[in-house]
Amino acid sequence: MNPWGWHELATLFLHFVSLSLMSIGGAVTTVPEMHRFLVSEQAWLSEGQFSNAIALAQAAPGPNVLFVAVLGWTVGMNAAGGTAAGAAAWALAGASVFASMLGIVLPSATLTFFAARWGQRNRERPTVRAFKLAMAPIVVALLVATGWILAGSHGSWNVNPGAYLLTAASALLVWHKRIHLLWILGAGALAGVTGWV
Amino acid sequence: MNREAAQRPASVRALFWAFTWLALQGFGGVLAVVQRELVDKKQWLTLEEFVEDWAVAQIMPGANVVNLSLIVGDRYFGWRGALAALAGMLALPMVVVLALTVSLAGVADLPLVQGALRGMGAVSAGLIAGTGLKLIVALRTNAMGKLVCAALAILTFIAIGLLRIPLLWVLLGLGAPAMAWAYYRLLVQHKGARA
Repeated sequence: MNPWGWHELATLFLHFVSLSLMSIGGAVTTVPEMHRFLVSEQAWLSEGQFSNAIALAQAAPGPNVLFVAVLGWTVGMNAAGGTAAGAAAWALAGASVFASMLGIVLPSATLTFFAARWGQRNRERPTVRAFKLAMAPIVVALLVATGWILAGSHGSWNVNPGAYLLTAASALLVWHKRIHLLWILGAGALAGVTGWV
Repeated sequence: MNREAAQRPASVRALFWAFTWLALQGFGGVLAVVQRELVDKKQWLTLEEFVEDWAVAQIMPGANVVNLSLIVGDRYFGWRGALAALAGMLALPMVVVLALTVSLAGVADLPLVQGALRGMGAVSAGLIAGTGLKLIVALRTNAMGKLVCAALAILTFIAIGLLRIPLLWVLLGLGAPAMAWAYYRLLVQHKGARA
């Protein structure tokens, strides 16, 4: 692989900029496009590195969009030749994280900031009120549907019934009880380690 | 309209740490924690306000919890609040995720780690669905009426969860007629109030 420089960092930045405003429903919706660009087109990441980055960021604390930081980090490390290359590799990985995160967050955050401000200033306008009223049941159902889709990603009911029971139990607990969420997550990790799901 | 929330953040700094803390608790997604902390515990938002802000956060491009942090931060301290909330949501959690990336590089494929990730994944799916179910209460006062709300919710679930139709089409196909209906209901209410 050629040595990395400003040109590659700018390319990475612009790639995420181009996806930022398309990511309605979260950065996760543009994963197929990231995969096409980073893995297939530029070959900056291997297939396994790409899916590991997403799985790790999903499980780790923080917003799921941080998978972009992990992608950026891995791309930079690969380009520098891995942690064995020393400080230069860490610097490049850091710069690559910065370029990726800035690219994915800046455009959508700026747009959201001004749109939300406009909405707040005009909140008594009938169109703004109608918009919020209309969207409320849709976004509420969207959350339930997202949970449903994620539950299905662990194999079908016959293959892994435990995972479905665990998902259903967690949903019921967060809905009706005030138990701390970390306890539920801990129980889930334990169930996974002991091979129950 | 809605009753006002009972509390508000004391300072920009408090906002930053509140968002840092809730992001760090959010394994497998932050939404459930955001609802818990901001509505149930800190009472910076009522459930109704939360659903309204969430609707905007969800519909704008970008990570929805990141959008929500911007909206809530801006509400209390303007652009400084928005930046503080955004930084809280991203800065420390990013360090943690990258530290995990470096330290887990060799062990990510171990069956134990895979098992734990699988179990936590199943739980986080439940946390998101459960938070959605919890928010249904906020629809009671919706001017569109309970029946219309229920129909919209069920259709959205079928379209996204079962048929896997892209979000944009669902927003246009269901959101546009819903907005027209909501607009009509507001007009009727307004006339009723004047008569």
